[in-house]
Formats: sequence, C-alpha cells, structure tokens
Amino acid sequence: MDLLPALETGFGFWNPLIWLGVFAVALVIAYLIWTFGESGYKRGTEQTKPFISGNPEPAKGEVHLGGGHLYWGFTEALRGYYDRVVPLHTGVLNDYLLWFFGIAAFLILIVGLI
Amino acid sequence: MIGDFVIQHAPALLIAVPMLAAFATPLVGRLGGAARNAWVLAAMAATSVIGVMLAYDVYTTGTLIYTFGAAAPDAAVPMDSGGIPVRIIFTVDAMSAFMVIITAISGFAVLLYSMASESRASGRDGFYALYLLLIVGILGMVCTGDLFNFFVFLEIASLAGAALVAFRIDKGVAVEAGLKYAVISTIGGLFILFAIALLYGQYDALNIAVIASRMQFTVLDEIALVLLLSALAMKAGAVPMHFWTPDAYSMAPSSITALLVVASQASLYGVFRVVFTLYSVTLDYAVIGWIVIVLGVLSMFVGVTMALVQKDVKRLMAYHAVSQTGYMLLGLGVGLAVLGQPAALESFGLVAMEGGIFHIINHAMYKGLLFLTAGAIIYRTGARSLDKLGGLGHSMKWTMVFFIIGALAIAGVPPFNGFASKLLIYESVFLFNPILSIIAMVVSILTLASFVKVFHAIFMGPRQPEYAEVEEAPVPMLIGMGVLAAVVIAFGFAPQLVVDAIVAPAAAALANQGSYIAAVLGGV
Repeated sequence: MDLLPALETGFGFWNPLIWLGVFAVALVIAYLIWTFGESGYKRGTEQTKPFISGNPEPAKGEVHLGGGHLYWGFTEALRGYYDRVVPLHTGVLNDYLLWFFGIAAFLILIVGLI
Repeated sequence: MIGDFVIQHAPALLIAVPMLAAFATPLVGRLGGAARNAWVLAAMAATSVIGVMLAYDVYTTGTLIYTFGAAAPDAAVPMDSGGIPVRIIFTVDAMSAFMVIITAISGFAVLLYSMASESRASGRDGFYALYLLLIVGILGMVCTGDLFNFFVFLEIASLAGAALVAFRIDKGVAVEAGLKYAVISTIGGLFILFAIALLYGQYDALNIAVIASRMQFTVLDEIALVLLLSALAMKAGAVPMHFWTPDAYSMAPSSITALLVVASQASLYGVFRVVFTLYSVTLDYAVIGWIVIVLGVLSMFVGVTMALVQKDVKRLMAYHAVSQTGYMLLGLGVGLAVLGQPAALESFGLVAMEGGIFHIINHAMYKGLLFLTAGAIIYRTGARSLDKLGGLGHSMKWTMVFFIIGALAIAGVPPFNGFASKLLIYESVFLFNPILSIIAMVVSILTLASFVKVFHAIFMGPRQPEYAEVEEAPVPMLIGMGVLAAVVIAFGFAPQLVVDAIVAPAAAALANQGSYIAAVLGGV
C-alpha cells in the first residue's frame, strides 16, 4: 500500500488498488454467472446467426450504424441550444478575430469597472 | 563530468540542442532518410533527457536561475545594472519543470510515432526541422523568466505550428487551417507585444520577477493584463476564442495535433504565470478568478456539446481538447479566486490548483494518445468520417486497446489518470461552488457518451468490406501510442506519487509569488 499510496483529496481518498481488488471480485462473479449459461453454443452454426423476424441478414456493410446516427434524441432535445451555438462556428477567420477582440474589449470593461 | 556540465547548463542546452538540430536537419537529410530519422530521434531523446534532468534538479534543489552571458549562470543581477537583471534569464521553478516534463514525454513519444505516420510523405526534412522548432518554442515559453523572451518563443511555436498544420499542402483545407492559425496567432502575439510594451514603459524592465516586484496595477497594467489574458486564453483554446482549434487540430498531421495540444498548454501556462506570478497580489482575486472560472466552464460545456455532434473523428477530438482545457481553467481559477483567503486556500484552493495542474499533464498524455489513435486509423483507412468507418476492432486490436485507454481516461473513468485529476477538481470545486462541480461532472458524462459513440462507430460492428485489407498500425506508431498509454495507466495507479513529486510543488510555486521574485532578485 505504501508503494502506491492513496490519493488524498483533502476530503476523502482514492486508492486504485482497492478499486482493482473490487473489479477483480466483480470479474470472478461475472465469470461464475457465465458458467451457468448455455453450454450448447456452437460457433459458426445456424444458432449464431442473427434472427431478424425471419428476414434475411443484410450484407455486412449495411448493418453497421455510423456515428452520425447516434444521440439524435439528445441533440433534438437541445435543438434550441444547438441552433444557436453551431452557426457561431462559421469557419470564417474574420468571425474568429471579432470574437477575440470582443472578448478582450469585454474583459477590459469588467476589469476596469470592478 | 559531462553529467555535471549538462546539469549546470541544462536550461541553455534544453533550447540549444533542439534548435541546432532543427537547423541541421535539412543538411543531415541529404545523407538519406535513415540518417535524418536517427538525427532527429537522437536530438529529441537528448532534449527529453536534459529536460528530465533539469526537472529533477529543480524538484530537489529549488528554483533554478540561468543567466545567459553572465560569468556565473546564477548571477542574475549584475553589479552595475542598478538592481535590474538586464540579461536574458531563464527562471525554472517547479511549475516550469512540470511543463518541461510534459514536453519531454510527449515530444519523444510523438516523434517516434511520426517516424511511421510520415513515412509515406515527402518533405520530411522540413517537417522534422519544424517539429524541433516547435519543441524549442514550447520549452522556451515555459522556462523563460523574461517577458519579451516569452513573446519570441511564443512566435517560434506559433510559426512552426502554423507551418506544420499546413504542411500537407496537397490538402487545400489544411493550408486554410494553417493560415487561420497563423493569422490569429499573430494577432494574439501583437496583443502580447503591446502588453509587454505597456509594462516595459512603466517599469523599465522585461524580467517577470522585476515587474512583479514593482507592479502597481495602474490603468495601463489593467489593459496589459487583459491583453495578455485574452491572447493567451485564445492561444490555449478557451471558449469563446476557440474557433481556430477544431480547424487547426483536425487538419494538421495527427502527430502534430498531439504536439499542438502541448503547445496550447504552454499558452495556458502563460495564463497562469501572468495571473499568479506577474500580477498576483495586485489583483482582485475574486474578479480575475471568476473570469478564469467562467472561461473554464464555457470551454467545458461548449467543447463537449460541440464534440457530440461532430462526425469527423479528429474534429470531434479537437472539441474535446477545448472541453478538457476548461477543467484546467476551472481548477486554477478556483485557486486564484481564493488566493487572498488563507483559510479557503488551505482548505480547498490548493487542492483545486493541484487538480487543474495534474489535469494538464494527464490531458497531454491521454489526448495525445487519442489523436495518435485517430492518426493510425486515418493512416490505415484513409477515412476520418464516423459515418464511413466501422468494424476496425477486428483488424486494429492494439489501436483499439489504446483508444479505449485514452477514451476512459478522458472521460474520467477509474482507474485511469483522468479520474484522479478530475476527482481532485470535483471535490475541491464543490466546496467553492457546488454548481461548478456538478457542471464538471455532467461534462465528464457527456465526454464518455461522445467517446462511446466514437468507439462504436470506428471499432464495433462486423468487418466492413471496404476495410477488409486493413492491417494493424505499424510498430513505431504502436510504440509511440504505447508510451503514452503506459503513462496514462501509471499515473492512474500512482496518482498520489505524481501529485507529491511534481504536481504539489508546481501548485505551491504558482501560489507563492514571493519565492519566484526572491529566486531572481535574491530576496529584494
């Protein structure tokens, strides 16, 4: 334990070795549960093919969901936010500089007034 | 004998070795690619060793002063100079040494990686010369104790960085990104130069310690502060001045992107050096601290939410780099906000600063690693869109493992290094303002969600027909990624050792302006 002392946060501690021990126990439990599973599984047979309500399996290249399809619900829920923030990223250098100058001017006001 | 010489002149050698090697690289390149590669690797290895030796020296003996041109390197103030250290002085305290360590590790690992990633490209003599010049700029920025010298090294880093972003000129977009980086860096550099002129006009000095000891916080000083703060925060990629970051990070060669992260952190170091060392006691800590905190929170939230909607893997990671910079600003901002309150500083302020500083090195390691994995994927597939990639877990298993390590680390999942530094930030910031801490945790959850998406899109799913021939990344690239992954894991399993050895001294050095001034002026 002294070799790898716990991280003292001032309010608690964090010891990765304890975490590792708990993780190892969890792995053993998971393994034990796995051993109770179906033992008749045979690789490469009909039983390993996906069942899509009786429809034929599509080609491999067509079944992978690309990254662009994920989190649609999240972005849709935050549409008001994204509709305002995304357009700010115009890719135009003039805009980048205006933001830079604007923030500098704003900070001068803040520092000067307060 | 040689060891003593190196230790005595380490600050000078730290700059001289990569700079001379950079200018000699095109000449050595005429002997052939193998000779050039061996030359730059040897130069970077020597620079890294000197950097680590210098850092060790600083951590064991205290702040190191190196006066260029003086009879003795530690003779900062000449007898006939009227008490002003007129020569260029490197002042390497624990915070500087901390940044040197980051540059030493990242610089070597990334260079190793680039040996393979750039192997198919032309113009490598110039590429590696610029690479070493970028290293010179970063190391100079974090070691110098002279404001004008800081500006010079910032310009070296900016110009080398811009040239490297645009280096693959066959991609027009890369040239555009490099131009944007160059223009906005130059404007930022002008801000800094103007601020230096304002300070020099008032205090007749360019040395940080001298100006700090004479600082009156006049109206001109306030203007100089804002110019320095805004320019360096922009160079660090803080929202809402971050717009150049996704352009430059995503279009640069992946090895350069990993190093640009370190260059941005050198600018972040500049922010902290300005507020903690140059101005410090003259500041209204609450106001400036909250400015830094607000920049941090904006960076965290806008960075991660913009990352979530990206489809280009490198652009996505670039936004995460912006987001992670927010954590560092938050931690150091909280420390700054309570710098004038000894009880609060002792209770949580220093821990917040340690968390922010610890996150700097952790971020350099895992973000560098993630950019390198992205580079390996692009190198093998030629694709960077998350909608087109898929199934690479079948063929690029080591790259996938390194990606998982980096992704879990950036998301703050135990036991990796990102968790340790974020835990310090969460717990200390919670005592300052619980809402800030909650925002930081939510951002971590969104970061994890974003990287789950990337992992799924790139590695999961059946083997794609168009990538059936894809092989694992070349060995030098795997070694480069492996070095950074090893550091990510090691720092995750021994966080307290890292904090005790290099992070806490760095935080203490920042918090104690008096010791910095005394180290240069001898207790004046």
